[in-house]
Amino acid sequence: MSANFVALAYLTAAVLFILALKGLSSPISARRGNMFGMIGMAIAVLTTLTITQNLIYIVLAIIVGGVVGAVVARRIQMTAMPELVAAMHSLVGLAAVLVAMSAFYNPVAYGIAPLHASNLIELFIGTFVGAITFTGSIIAFGKLSGKLGSKPLHFVGQHWFNLLLGVVMIAFGIMFIFTESWTPFLIMIALALALGVLLIMPIGGADMPVVVSMLNSYSGWAAAGIGFTLNNNMLIIAGSLVGSSGAILSYIMCKAMNRSFFNVILGGFGGGDSEAGGAGEVEQRPVRSGSADDAAFLMGNADSVIIVPGYGLAVARAQHAINEMADHLIKNGVKVRYAIHPVAGRMPGHMNVLLAEAEVPYDQVLEMDEINNEFADTDVVLVIGANDVVNPAAKTDPNSPIYGMPIIEAHKARTILVVKRSMAVGYAGLDNDLFYLDKTMMVFGDAKKVVEDIIKSLQH
Amino acid sequence: MSSAVDPVIINLTVFVLAVVVGYHVVWNVTPALHTPLMAVTNAISGIIIVGAMLAAGPEQLDAGTVMGLIAVMLAAVNVFGGFLVTQRMLSMFKKKSK
Repeated sequence: MSANFVALAYLTAAVLFILALKGLSSPISARRGNMFGMIGMAIAVLTTLTITQNLIYIVLAIIVGGVVGAVVARRIQMTAMPELVAAMHSLVGLAAVLVAMSAFYNPVAYGIAPLHASNLIELFIGTFVGAITFTGSIIAFGKLSGKLGSKPLHFVGQHWFNLLLGVVMIAFGIMFIFTESWTPFLIMIALALALGVLLIMPIGGADMPVVVSMLNSYSGWAAAGIGFTLNNNMLIIAGSLVGSSGAILSYIMCKAMNRSFFNVILGGFGGGDSEAGGAGEVEQRPVRSGSADDAAFLMGNADSVIIVPGYGLAVARAQHAINEMADHLIKNGVKVRYAIHPVAGRMPGHMNVLLAEAEVPYDQVLEMDEINNEFADTDVVLVIGANDVVNPAAKTDPNSPIYGMPIIEAHKARTILVVKRSMAVGYAGLDNDLFYLDKTMMVFGDAKKVVEDIIKSLQH
Repeated sequence: MSSAVDPVIINLTVFVLAVVVGYHVVWNVTPALHTPLMAVTNAISGIIIVGAMLAAGPEQLDAGTVMGLIAVMLAAVNVFGGFLVTQRMLSMFKKKSK
C-alpha cells in the first residue's frame, strides 16, 4: 500500500483519538468517544499490517497481548485501578525501549538508514524516557498494590546522587550520538532504568495520584519521542495527546494538594514520618459522640444532606451501603448529594468511579468547586472516611502544613456528622478542628457497619 | 531557502500542534471522568504498537524483529486492556433512573 495512503489513514486515526478525549467532557458522550478511540486504533493497526511482513507472528503477538489485556480489564477491581494504570504505563515504557533498540539494530526497516545525528538524538530521548517510565511505573505499581511499602525511602545525598546519575546518563547518551555504538547505548539504558527506580522510591503513598499522572505523561512522551525517530506522525500525535493529558492531571493533583510539582517529586511527605512528629498521639480534647441511631434521626429530619466520602469509604467497602442509605433519605424527601475532593481517591477521579460502581447516579455527585458554596445552607454533612480534605486549618491556620490546600467546606454546615474508626490522624498526620466543633457529632466505628446501622434505623 | 524542509521540522510542527490540541481537549474533560481519561490515554499510548509492528515487519527473523514482536505483545495488552476497562468504567456512570 502506498505511503501516502498509510499517512492519510494515520491522520484519520489521529482525529478519532482526539474525538475520544473530547467525548470525556460529559458522561453522556464518553461512551461514544471511547468507541471512536477503538475505531481509530483499529485503523492504525490494520493499516500498519498492510506494510509489514511476518503477518502470522505479528497477529499472534497481538492476540496473546490482547487476550491478557481483555482478561485483566474484565477482572480488575475498581479499587485496584491505580495499580492497573501504573502497570500499563510500565508496558508502554518497555515497548518504547524495545522499539528504539530494534530501530538502532536495523534502521533500514524503518527507512531511516543511514542514521543522522538528529535520528540518534531522538532515539536517545525516546529511549531514556521509556526506560524511566518502565522502572518508575513498576515501583509505583509495587507501592500502590502494597507489594512494596508505601513509605518513602530515603538515603543521604539522594538528590545529588540522582542528579549525578542523570548527568552520567546524558554523557553516555552524547557518547552514543557521536560513536553510534551499542556499548554507550546499553549503558545509557541501564542508567535510565536505575534512575526510574530511584526517582519513585522516595515518594510516599499519599502522593501517588501525582506520580501516576506523571508516569502517564511520560509514557506519552516516550511514544512521541519514538515517533520522531521513525518519522511517524501517528506516534507523534497520539503520544503528545497522552503526554499533555498526563501533565495536566499532574498539575490538577498538585494544585489540589497545594504543593508544587517539584515538592512532590523530591518527595518525603506522603508516608507521614518526617513531618507528622509523633502521629497518632494527639492531645485529648472533648468531642461529642453519638450512635448510628442519632445520625439516622438527624439526617432523616433534614431537608438537605451532603455526603463527603474519602478513600476510607472504599477501604471499608461501604459504597453500596451508602447508596442504599441515600435512597432511603431521598424517599423521605431529603435532598442528598455527594461532594468529591480532587484527591479523594488514589488517582484523579477515582472516587467518582467507585461511587458509579455502587450505582450512585452521577448527577448526585458534585466536585468540590461546584458544591462548596452550598454548605452554609445545608442541614447535615456526613463525612465518611475523609479527614484532611475537610480540615478547616487549611483555611485558618497559617502554621498548618496543609495551609492553603483547597478543602471541602464541611465546617459551614449546620450539623456535621463524622464517621471514623477512632480519633487517629489522617495522611498528613494532623489533628482536625472540625471534630471538636460544637455542631459536630462523631460516630465511631467501621464505615460500613455504621452506615448499615443507619439504614436499619431509617427503616423504622 | 529553496531547499526542502528537514523532516525534523515537519515532525516538530506536528508535535507542537498535537500538544496544543491535547491541552485544550483535556482541560475540557470533566473531573468526574479523570480515571477513565487515564485508562483511555493508556490505551492510546498503546499506539507504540505501530512502531513495534514496523520493528517486527522485516522478512528475516533476527534480534530486531524479535524485540519488535515482544513490543507488539506488550503494547497489545495496553490497547485491549485500556479500551475495555474504559468501556467498563463508563458503562457504570448512570443518571438517576428510579
